[in-house]
Amino acid sequence: MAQLLIELFSEEIPARMQLQAARDFERLFGDRARAQGLTWDSLKAYVGPRRLALHVEGLPLEQAAVTEEVKGPKDGAPEQAMAGFLRKVGLTQDQLVLENGVWMARIEKPAKSTAEVLPGILEDVILTFPWPKSMRSGTSSFRWVRPLKRILFLFDGQVIPLSIGGITSGDLTQGHRVLSSGEAFAVKDFADYQQKLRDHFVILDHIERQSLILDKANEACAAAGCALMDDHGLLEEVAGLNEWPTPLLGDMDPKFLSLPPEVIKTSMRTHQKYFAVRDLSTGKMAAKFVIVANQVASDGGAEIRRGNAKVLSARLSDGVFFWSEDNRKGNFDAWLQKLNGVTFHARLGTMAQRVARIEALAQVIAPLVKADVSLATQAAHLAKADLASYMVGEFPELQGVMGGYYAEAARLPGDVAEAIREHYKPQGPSDSVPEGAVSAAVALADKIDTLVGFFAIDEKPTGSKDPYALRRAALGILRILRQHNVRASLSELVAAWYQSLLIYAGEGRAVYVDTDNWRGSAGPRWAEGETEVYDNYLRDFRAGLLESPVFVIPTDRDYDLDLQFEHVANTPKVDNALLTFRDFRAVSAEFADFFADRLKVMLKDEGVRFDVVEAGFAVRDDDMVRTVARIRALESVLASPAGTGLQAAYTRVANILNAEAKKGALPTAEPKLLSGAPEVETALTQQVIALTPVVERLIDAEQFEEALGKLAGLRGAVDAFLDGVLVNSDVVAERENRLSLLSALRRLFDGVGDLSKLA
Amino acid sequence: MTKEPLSFQDLILTLHHYWSQQGCVILQPYDVEVGAGTLHPATVLRALGKKPWKAAYVQPSRRPVDGRYGENPNRLQHYYQYQVILKPNPDTLQELYLGSLKAIGLDTALHDIRFVEDDWENPTVGAWGLGWEVWCDGMEVTQYTYFQGVGGIEVDVVSGELTYGLERLAMYLQNVDNVYDLKFNNDGVKYGDVFKEQERQFSAFNFEASDVATLKRQFEDMERNVLRILNTENSLGYKLVLPAYDHVLKASHLFNLMDARGAIAVAERQSYIGRIRDLCKACALEWAAQEEAR
Repeated sequence: MAQLLIELFSEEIPARMQLQAARDFERLFGDRARAQGLTWDSLKAYVGPRRLALHVEGLPLEQAAVTEEVKGPKDGAPEQAMAGFLRKVGLTQDQLVLENGVWMARIEKPAKSTAEVLPGILEDVILTFPWPKSMRSGTSSFRWVRPLKRILFLFDGQVIPLSIGGITSGDLTQGHRVLSSGEAFAVKDFADYQQKLRDHFVILDHIERQSLILDKANEACAAAGCALMDDHGLLEEVAGLNEWPTPLLGDMDPKFLSLPPEVIKTSMRTHQKYFAVRDLSTGKMAAKFVIVANQVASDGGAEIRRGNAKVLSARLSDGVFFWSEDNRKGNFDAWLQKLNGVTFHARLGTMAQRVARIEALAQVIAPLVKADVSLATQAAHLAKADLASYMVGEFPELQGVMGGYYAEAARLPGDVAEAIREHYKPQGPSDSVPEGAVSAAVALADKIDTLVGFFAIDEKPTGSKDPYALRRAALGILRILRQHNVRASLSELVAAWYQSLLIYAGEGRAVYVDTDNWRGSAGPRWAEGETEVYDNYLRDFRAGLLESPVFVIPTDRDYDLDLQFEHVANTPKVDNALLTFRDFRAVSAEFADFFADRLKVMLKDEGVRFDVVEAGFAVRDDDMVRTVARIRALESVLASPAGTGLQAAYTRVANILNAEAKKGALPTAEPKLLSGAPEVETALTQQVIALTPVVERLIDAEQFEEALGKLAGLRGAVDAFLDGVLVNSDVVAERENRLSLLSALRRLFDGVGDLSKLA
Repeated sequence: MTKEPLSFQDLILTLHHYWSQQGCVILQPYDVEVGAGTLHPATVLRALGKKPWKAAYVQPSRRPVDGRYGENPNRLQHYYQYQVILKPNPDTLQELYLGSLKAIGLDTALHDIRFVEDDWENPTVGAWGLGWEVWCDGMEVTQYTYFQGVGGIEVDVVSGELTYGLERLAMYLQNVDNVYDLKFNNDGVKYGDVFKEQERQFSAFNFEASDVATLKRQFEDMERNVLRILNTENSLGYKLVLPAYDHVLKASHLFNLMDARGAIAVAERQSYIGRIRDLCKACALEWAAQEEAR
């Protein structure tokens, strides 16, 4: 058993690519080595600014003999095909094996020494390495993330020869660019490599650098009565920028503490890669920061601290400028004006139009989340304004946060400021759902606009491609619906979006629909609110938005509403449309399926049985909250003793109905109490007749568990009936009524789910 | 720093001397207004083709939107870049670069020099490359790029390009907070003595006094002329790509002036940039073909 050590030494590798590169190195090398019949005890990659290394322990000195399987022609294929194949593999036909109708060649490759196969493996790994971006250098066509300088390639203490990209492998590496002499040095094995690197001011292990940064930064902070503000992403990045990380505590001019802490933190992080620091006595942000230098300076870091503080001051001075400009009176109006010139998506129009849609949606959604309608509409109107502010222009990730501050400064109602701040939430599985009703209304309106909008222009996610993060938006919508117990059908929400399309009517633009019965458009004057349209026309037009694709067309007329009722068989194609939205009915159906899939994933993640989810979904209820309640009830009853009865009763009923359905249509009449019927039949019929309104009432009241309990209670009567009578009676009336009885029973079950989906 | 820090002009002279010793041609600034040193034909055009080339020069960079009437300590509408191009990039380019920092008096034992990922691109000339911003104690002092494409064409031979922000670097070396306080020479002349009035007048011109209609007309003239020049038969018997490229540069500067006047709507922006890039690409292709033939 022997050790392998590889180091690919290059110019500075981008920090954000390093950890993935280490994982890729392990995977690519592992896959190729395994295919070569190699095994090992441990395999680990290391990465830093200038090196990507691999340490493998316990490799054999010789590979296992490899049997290669080559697929040949099918049995009965033309002779030439077989002859060609045999030539290719160098065997005779009696050496082939017939497997599933295909001739297979098994070629035994004699074992080679590991040292012999390693160069091919590494060369292949290097040439296929999946860097997100790679480059050429000088006159060479070889690509690497940055110029590759050295290859250290040691197996069992010996250099393995490899030449690639003009570089020949050896046993040499280099230490820290400034702190070491810069001279190359030889290493013997992994332990020697790691130690010598350390002697030359390089810590090989990313994780060790991370914990070192944390420890030393916390130490420096603690001495000053402060604590580091955690930022794992930044920690990973900084550990990728340093070979010999040296955290230093710098001083920030306290005058900058007048800026919102988010601004200071974001500026430190994105521009300078500094950690923000909290004052332990106040819990607030301190006028300090932590730089992680890659240097132990001869003056103890005084110059480095001074220089960094100066750069930070310049950055935060910009921040102060933005902050004071952004807080000028009347800015919200000016920003909203600017959004007219910002394209949201070429086929959806401007950001200002998006705001108008969200506003219209918020008005419809507010009552559903029990939010004040005027506050929700106001918040929706202002929610995107900060996109035009200086600060968000500089730090896009502060969208919403800044709007919240500016709304507070403008003395807008607290709920409005909060909704502006929180309406992007939840931004991912670890983010929280907005708590306030107004916030929830705007958050829903925002996400529904994104989602329906992209569905309406047929930009749906496919496979792994979801460029507009629509799946995330859908999960966000589901979480808000559930947490705020919003009772709405999805189609109602999609319809609200289509109704909002009236906002596109404006100067030079009309909204045009073409239904089966009429076509017509809402024109510029409608948008001005100067309509004298009869209510029923407006109602028709609104309904029409849901019965046709919707077009935004140019117009040079000034009018409010123009409906033509004569049916035109060959309606002209709308070929001058500025924007086109697909038919509500198609989008709504796709939307329901999309949400069903998202909700199924969500419930499965919460540990609900797959078959229970499927049974609950079969009801095709597009109220997501009710669907969840139904599934949860089913889950809970199935886990209880009543569950067995429920499932048994259902299964017996369903089996008979399914068998009889094959013979002809099942009767649809209500079951009757037939005189002279066996006692067990009368008993079950009476119970079903009595229970039907009860169960229906319980289902209407969404007391699904209770409804299921009642149904489970029928098991005894069902068993007695099915054991005591022959459903398939020779007397037609008897057979019909018994089948009617069972059908009525199954309909009751179906109200809570399709139990046939249960495993 | 133990030694007296370099004046602004000594900083330039030191860099000239250093890169001259590395075999560079020391050029003077190009005499057409440009937004960045890269646009000098000595970089954009010479980066194409297979011929080796080493040059260094100072290039005034005009950024009309960055004018602050001489009031902002860090922002100027006219400033200097020090530009080095080495084609093909030598293996030791990073070491050569660090050597230049030592030469201008930056003690690497005292400062924290870092290579931070920054993949440079200039959409108006269709140029892109991989490299870093070089940080000195958290401040970006140089853009360091391995050119991968120019004028929308992938390069045959990769050039290494270094762009030093001279004022910024000098402010760091001299430890001053305001660009106008920089020592220009060792005889008492400050940067502000040389350039403050220029900043004032050009800021006012860029934002207030330039005439958008004229700029627009001139832009269109330049645009038309690029193709006209390329297509005009002449006694040399091949296309006049260098004069055509000058006109691309002029168009680019006119675009920047219109931008400073707020005359470019968000929606038009991409289209203008696309037009300049197409012209640049036409020149780049022609230049590459001529280089191949020479």
